[in-house]
Amino acid sequence: MPATKFTPSITSRPVYDGLTPHGAVPALMLANGPGGEALLELIKTDPTIPGHAHVIYIPEGCGFGKTLESKGFASYFEAASYASVLPRFRKLLAEAGMNTRLYLAGTEGLIGQATSEALEAGMLPEAIDAEHRGSLARRMQCVHCKGITENVTTDPFTCSHCGLSLFVRDHYSHRHAAFQGVCVDAETPGEIPPRQEIKA
Amino acid sequence: MTIQFNDETFRDDYSYHNSAEAIRRFPFPFDKDDYMYAVNMEPHAGGREGSPFENRFDVDEHYVAEMRDREITLNEDPLRCQSLPHMELAGWDLLELIMECKAEDYPELFSLHRDGDRWHWINRPLGIDHKFTFLDPTTLPYGPMEYITRQAQGDFALLDQREGNLWMEAGMVTSQADWSLDFDIGMNFFEWHAPVPKAHEMGIFQRALKFLLAIQQGAPSRRLNWTMTVNPRLDTSPENYHKWGPEKRTLTPENVGEKQFLRVELQTFFRLPRSNGLAFPIRCYLISLQDLVTVPKWGRRLHRVIRDLPDELAEYKGFAVNRQLIIDYLAQFDDGKPTSPGIFPDE
Repeated sequence: MPATKFTPSITSRPVYDGLTPHGAVPALMLANGPGGEALLELIKTDPTIPGHAHVIYIPEGCGFGKTLESKGFASYFEAASYASVLPRFRKLLAEAGMNTRLYLAGTEGLIGQATSEALEAGMLPEAIDAEHRGSLARRMQCVHCKGITENVTTDPFTCSHCGLSLFVRDHYSHRHAAFQGVCVDAETPGEIPPRQEIKA
Repeated sequence: MTIQFNDETFRDDYSYHNSAEAIRRFPFPFDKDDYMYAVNMEPHAGGREGSPFENRFDVDEHYVAEMRDREITLNEDPLRCQSLPHMELAGWDLLELIMECKAEDYPELFSLHRDGDRWHWINRPLGIDHKFTFLDPTTLPYGPMEYITRQAQGDFALLDQREGNLWMEAGMVTSQADWSLDFDIGMNFFEWHAPVPKAHEMGIFQRALKFLLAIQQGAPSRRLNWTMTVNPRLDTSPENYHKWGPEKRTLTPENVGEKQFLRVELQTFFRLPRSNGLAFPIRCYLISLQDLVTVPKWGRRLHRVIRDLPDELAEYKGFAVNRQLIIDYLAQFDDGKPTSPGIFPDE
């Protein structure tokens, strides 16, 4: 699956410039699903990368794990979910040296959350590469109850916390790593437009 | 000057009202018969006597009731007031600015006595008499920004300045026109304006940012912004949209004059001395259409502005659904006569 081409979008949405090799420097890599393929393509362009790179991969049903494991990374860890691997990722960030690069590949939710963590840990934005691969699902914050609903693929959708029907507002917060969900039938309770699939 | 403070509400029974004097001094935002976005900045260096531009922080008949409404909103949703940890110094800057200005401009209402860092603040309308140590947060019941903005009308955002941009990193926001501090906190100037249509393409935000980055201490600026709100509600937040949204659909030709309000924001910008941040107060004024048309120039002009406004703007400002009702009502007060330049009533 190739890197996602987004339609020209809103100003608050982050831009993912893709992964570019930075050579034999210490690196952390975090990918989910089809993002694994982006890591494989990256190290193909520069074989000096893996020896210095610690990799966390969340397969989510994708089969890139075996190949990744065989590439001679400084370490390779396969995780069940982002939530489960967060403590490990935080520790790696905390121990990372000044010249460490971070490569992120996969869904917007993963990239957004991992970027917040990295910035929080003191990493500079210019040390982070990100490439979007896979599902166009959005991570949404309900503006009413503040709950996060993961993997939203339709507009409108139902808040998984308070149950309101929310529309997807084209407004993105780096801090929450989420788009904003706003009640779709606030003015006319019960009148909910048909669901449409989110297309980039 | 003595101000008679109204006993009134901004929710439930909506007993909010403007006195004849409050109508005359209303900050009508249109200086001509049409409207398009502009970087409409001017120095905030006083203005016509009795107008909301005269003092740095306008105090009017709604002060006490507005502070009561803020308290209700904060009790229901404490996230309306947030400050990222590095913004505390800017909060003290803001506290100092507001206390100094109010004590100088309204000595009969507010007093500030300073002995080094030992300060004594008296707020007579709210019955506050408080001694505290400047820059020592343990001597205040809230953080410095929250403490002073519970005593000042309007919303407040504190902007950090770095990397050639402004970052909204603290705020007290309980009377907003449909934006969420909790969602926008931490964003830069372009990010938090992302949902605004047209203005990005027009280069408005690039020019506005350049202007704001250059604001100097002691030389604040101001501009007016506007929208429309059904019922005199301060808390038109996205957080509570599902609660106030249905009210938008209750307008009829019979009640539009009474229930439809023009909502005007007097936005001001002050450079802060210690933090080098910007204070961005957003003061909200509400006037019903039936009160507004008592000034003939305003009735004529508002009719023309609303009638000729691009659809996208009416949509963004959230009154597209009621636009025709508003136009039909205002048309009765537009006799087609020319209007004088500027925002103030004639004579």
